[in-house]
Amino acid sequence: MATLTHHESATAEYLEVSPRTNRKFIMILVAGVVLLAIGLIMSAMGIGAHHEAAGAAAHGAEHAQAEGSPIWLKRLLVSLWHNNVFFVGVSTIGTFFVALQYVAYAGWSVLIKRINEAMSAWILPGAIIMLVVFFLGRHDLFHWTHEGIMDPKSEHYDAIIAGKSGFLNTPFYIIRTVLYLGIWWFFSQRLRKLSLEEDLNGGTEYFHKSINVAALFLVLYAVSSSMSAWDWVMSVDVHWFSTMFGWYVFASWWVTGIAATTLTAIYLKQAGYLKFLNASHLHDLGKFIFGFSIFWTYVWFSQFMLIWYANLPEEAVYYNQRLGGFNGQYTWIFFFNLLINFAFPFLVLMTRDAKRQMIMLKIVCIAVIIGHWSDFYLMFMPATMKADNGFIIEIGVALIFLGAFLILFTKRLSQASLVPVHHPFLDESVHHTT
Amino acid sequence: MTKRFALGVFEDEDVLLHAVENIRAAGVKIYEVFTPFPIHGIDDALGIERSRLPIAAFFYGLTGLAFALWLQIYTLGVDWPMIIGGKPHIALPAFIPVSFELTVFFCCHGMVITFYAISKLYPRWKTPVLDVRSTDDKFVVAIELKDGTDLGHLTQLLRANGASEVNEKEMSKF
Repeated sequence: MATLTHHESATAEYLEVSPRTNRKFIMILVAGVVLLAIGLIMSAMGIGAHHEAAGAAAHGAEHAQAEGSPIWLKRLLVSLWHNNVFFVGVSTIGTFFVALQYVAYAGWSVLIKRINEAMSAWILPGAIIMLVVFFLGRHDLFHWTHEGIMDPKSEHYDAIIAGKSGFLNTPFYIIRTVLYLGIWWFFSQRLRKLSLEEDLNGGTEYFHKSINVAALFLVLYAVSSSMSAWDWVMSVDVHWFSTMFGWYVFASWWVTGIAATTLTAIYLKQAGYLKFLNASHLHDLGKFIFGFSIFWTYVWFSQFMLIWYANLPEEAVYYNQRLGGFNGQYTWIFFFNLLINFAFPFLVLMTRDAKRQMIMLKIVCIAVIIGHWSDFYLMFMPATMKADNGFIIEIGVALIFLGAFLILFTKRLSQASLVPVHHPFLDESVHHTT
Repeated sequence: MTKRFALGVFEDEDVLLHAVENIRAAGVKIYEVFTPFPIHGIDDALGIERSRLPIAAFFYGLTGLAFALWLQIYTLGVDWPMIIGGKPHIALPAFIPVSFELTVFFCCHGMVITFYAISKLYPRWKTPVLDVRSTDDKFVVAIELKDGTDLGHLTQLLRANGASEVNEKEMSKF
């Protein structure tokens, strides 16, 4: 039982990533590569393809698809983009979480702060992948990048897309992408650096400075997270738009980020680290997952219901494709999405006991992470792959990302003490009770 | 019914928390602790069982959900079907906001009413206050005195654990 009267103090502890653990991460990566190779070969040979469905899909408004890459390459590029958007977003949530806790003067989360800081290790490699994939695959991903689509004289001319040319043009798009990722990377580095210096020197100066940095980051992130969702995700459905979309994507990233943090905290605890992490910290993290799963659903539903109710063709096409479109091949993911991202965490994490038990949290965290990965799958695939989607390449790429992410993540996690020893609120976190 | 209490008055919540642990460890049953504000960890120190209110809340919520769905499906789908926006009579997505609201409504009101009932906080009920200073800046541990309770021993125990004063008080209506 932890009460205010205990006088133990937390000391620095360092994570050692054993070669065995690293080998596991590499195994995940290798499994991904194998799956990817199998998937690519199968796709190139035309096994499991459903071209008929593509023709059958009612899709009158869409232009005759300008010939893009072969299906296998297109799937690879879309997958890279899908996974990178997912992982960069989750990675940035690490910094967002830290910033939020600073601005809120929250004390309880100090013990898990280093996990969040380390999560942001993926932003930089993610940024590079983002730009590379955009250059290689923009014609497969984004209809608005097609040659002549904004040229009135061209046969590919599309007045609606041309009307968006002020915002959706390649140079401005790249500037924005670099800006979002640059801002996120800069602030993740800045907060991390302040925190590490605090470890060395102590004092409250770093804490107050961090609050200022965090507040500025939150303002910029509020705008950039929303805009990046339009750019990276919504613009694959270039004719379609939704004003809820920024929130929707952010909610997805946010829940996944908290689930990843919780999962890491549990794994560290079970490996004998984070001595002072107790059921109360897990309880609070569990509440976050529970609460923001509902938040995600709220945003999801707000978007769905308005479109369903108004039933305007230019809006409803989004759900037509996902719910019954392309011979109904996305329908199951649509419902699976709601089940695993709402019903499951909602019912399982409802009781206090479930939020305090590692095993329950673990199951829900893994489910939520898979659930939101498939949420992004559902955002990207119908728009880009039409009926030619699949799972082997996509899961293969996801595993490669996961392996690489974990290697970088644990590397950064092991570079500093798991306990920010001089954080002014450390003691509060150590004695946290709910 | 009249009961007699020994009241240990404490100045500090930390001292109180320790005292509660020690008094209970010494085998003395604590009737109640009165504090000006909630103290972290006091529930555990007092060994209070967790409330079952959340379980009741779940079923109130379920009742609300069932009622809302019945209300909408029966009125809009069965009793007086109307075409609204070209949607089916029983259009579940349109029912969700009302279902949500009524779930919350039933849940909240059920919980509040249940809480008042089990706390005996109904109209005209006078809340007995053993020591008014416990609403200001003092922390009061109340131990019920029964026939044969050794008040001297209790006083000693409370004093030894940091009580600044120990009073005796009789209170009816408990």
